[in-house]
Amino acid sequence: MSNLNGNPMLPQSFRIERIKNETDDTFTVELQPSKNVMDLSFHAGQFNMLYIYGVGEIPISISGDPCSQDSLVHTTRVVGTVTKAMRKLRVGDLVGVRGPFGNPWPVEEAKGKDVVLIAGGIGLAPIRPVVNYIIANRHAFKNVVMLYGTRTPKDILYPREIKLWEKKHRIHTFVTVDRAIGNWDGNVGVVTKLVARAPFDPQNALAMACGPEVMMRFTVRELQKRGIVDENIYVSTERNMKCGIGHCGHCQFGSEFVCKDGPVFRYDKIAHLFDVWEV
Amino acid sequence: METKNQKQRILPAGEFNVFLKALHEAGYETIGPTLQDRAIVYDKISSTSDLPVGWSDEQSAGFYRVYRTESPLLFDYNVGPHSWKKYLHLPNLLLWKAKTNGGGFSFIEDDKSVGKQAFLGVRACEVAAIRKQDKIFLESEFIDSAYKKRRENTFIIAVNCTKAGANCFCTSMNTGPYAHSGFDLALTEIIDGNRHFFFVEIGSATAEIVMNKMPELELASRHDSTLVQNNMREVSYAMGKSIETTDIQRLFYDNYDSNIWEEIANRCMNCANCTMVCPTCFCTTVEDVTNLTGTEAERWRRWDSCFTMDFSYIHGGSVRPSGSNRFRHWITHKFATWHDQFDESGCVGCGRCITWCPVGIDVTKEIKSLQKSKATV
Ligand SMILES: Cc1cc2nc3c(=O)[nH]c(=O)nc-3n(C[C@H](O)[C@H](O)[C@H](O)COP(=O)(O)OP(=O)(O)OC[C@H]3O[C@@H](n4cnc5c(N)ncnc54)[C@H](O)[C@@H]3O)c2cc1C
Ligand code: SF4
Ligand code: SF4
Ligand code: FES
Repeated sequence: MSNLNGNPMLPQSFRIERIKNETDDTFTVELQPSKNVMDLSFHAGQFNMLYIYGVGEIPISISGDPCSQDSLVHTTRVVGTVTKAMRKLRVGDLVGVRGPFGNPWPVEEAKGKDVVLIAGGIGLAPIRPVVNYIIANRHAFKNVVMLYGTRTPKDILYPREIKLWEKKHRIHTFVTVDRAIGNWDGNVGVVTKLVARAPFDPQNALAMACGPEVMMRFTVRELQKRGIVDENIYVSTERNMKCGIGHCGHCQFGSEFVCKDGPVFRYDKIAHLFDVWEV
Repeated sequence: METKNQKQRILPAGEFNVFLKALHEAGYETIGPTLQDRAIVYDKISSTSDLPVGWSDEQSAGFYRVYRTESPLLFDYNVGPHSWKKYLHLPNLLLWKAKTNGGGFSFIEDDKSVGKQAFLGVRACEVAAIRKQDKIFLESEFIDSAYKKRRENTFIIAVNCTKAGANCFCTSMNTGPYAHSGFDLALTEIIDGNRHFFFVEIGSATAEIVMNKMPELELASRHDSTLVQNNMREVSYAMGKSIETTDIQRLFYDNYDSNIWEEIANRCMNCANCTMVCPTCFCTTVEDVTNLTGTEAERWRRWDSCFTMDFSYIHGGSVRPSGSNRFRHWITHKFATWHDQFDESGCVGCGRCITWCPVGIDVTKEIKSLQKSKATV
């Protein structure tokens, strides 16, 4: 899509084609370039900087299907100023887009292996493109496990798709909630607890985790307990971002610029930072 | 007979204005040191009378003062609170405008043309600092087009320091006092008996063009070049401060948990002065503004500092809420993580952060404390 070779700080305008409410506080937009035809290709795990007119610009992962790039899909949780303003937009409104940025999930390296996907809350949005990629190339992967945790059953993203992942695409999907409400009869508890009994071969598996930093700390510990080595664990990290191109300094995490060296990191490369307070 | 280097010339101090005129004729606006509000700062200059001739400066931790001298020297002082980054990596930059039109809006790149600028009096540490910012904005994955435009239109006239500042440690950082490369012209100001002149080194083809706009300068002699070398050696010896840089990355990586950070936090006011005066600090934030009717929005980029709470804010709070860890982040970036990012140190040893810290926090001292605390474990 990018104009990144020209001025990487200048957004392109995109029109909102569809808006879908996913949960009480989370919605998905589908975007189309407002003028020119553009290459919308991206790699699973990359993000865009989305600009809301007059309000601000924020990093949001691309949560669509990397194998069918007819629109840009973003799933956003409303938390503050910019996301609130974005929620108020209607079909036909414009947003500014810069990207795609960042280092993607290792989907190629995962071929021929078991894949363990672990998502917490909105962390499912950046993982969904991995699932889409696996589905499009299902034969290339062995056992695929998806562990997904949310606060309550009402917060589960993409519930219909999740059912298909299990039924149609042989993706072992385990959903857990912190707090059961309504007629929920599934798992209750933190997602990290599911790691212990998930069906994968630790000697031949790649794990990819995305969620709050605490969740990822515990996830890594559980994966290690199962015997997956650090080199086969990938995590996606979050930092404040003002540029996405390694120039503003905000996203630094030790020596790493999360915007360009991440957001996806191989765990052994940043393990030392996970133990440092306020790094 | 002595063979002379064609690229080393002698500019008599009395003809400095002729040199400035040649720059103007070549289309450059000249920017250099001026005396304003009791500090030597960079601003537009048109002739030698704008330079702080007859002034020098005195610096120590948290202290700066200019004083009168009887000397005819044009460059008899060290670096002040300004650095050249304000002309290349602007403190405030309009990135673009967006204008509403029939239900939507479109982005307009703010494409102001940039004039040619000549920086006069760029110290060796500052040449190094500019090269460090080049690496970030021109030589990494993405190019900063605003920086690029300005940098391409900039002519660098280095002036080697002929006296060492009390807070300087460029020798330790391998950046000075003598500028070896990275300039168009380098000048060393010398008084030898009753001769007062500039030893001129020509460092680029553009510089030849400028030199052709003035009467040809006499070639420098071996004696002149020896004077420069001796002077540079003396300045190196007189350097106010020093640090030991061996294993400096390890020093920081092994000390994330040191209680030194708490101790420094008791003194540091988190005022961010150090990051503003530092010639290599490059962090920025962005600000969105709209006009009253909302028909026009602008996005501005402004210098930012890792000392603010907002800097690392993500929903729920700042990543580095404690002052101790913000200071740790800053100094670790300068002396350790910068090496991983750009294969060199983030500090050029200019001493500005020491001079302009209101409580006199001295990075060279803090590094020594860390080294000492490590040696005793
Ligand atoms: C690489 C990356 C991918 C992301 N992908 C998604 C996604 O797919 N869906 C989603 O809902 N959220 C995602 N986020 C988080 C999202 O960027 C924040 O929720 C958003 O910036 C909050 O903005 P706000 O103005 O509404 O919040 P406020 O709390 O008002 O925040 C004010 C400002 O702080 C900064 N900020 C606040 N929270 C964050 C944060 N978590 N990460 C980075 N900057 C922050 C932003 O500059 C923001 O404008 C992602 C973050 C990163 C770094
Ligand atoms: S850290 Fe201090 S001494 Fe080093 S370049 Fe920056 S201001 Fe100068
Ligand atoms: S100048 Fe001194 S007081 Fe101010 S932030 Fe830097 S170290 Fe702290
Ligand atoms: S977001 Fe600006 S450096 Fe990474």
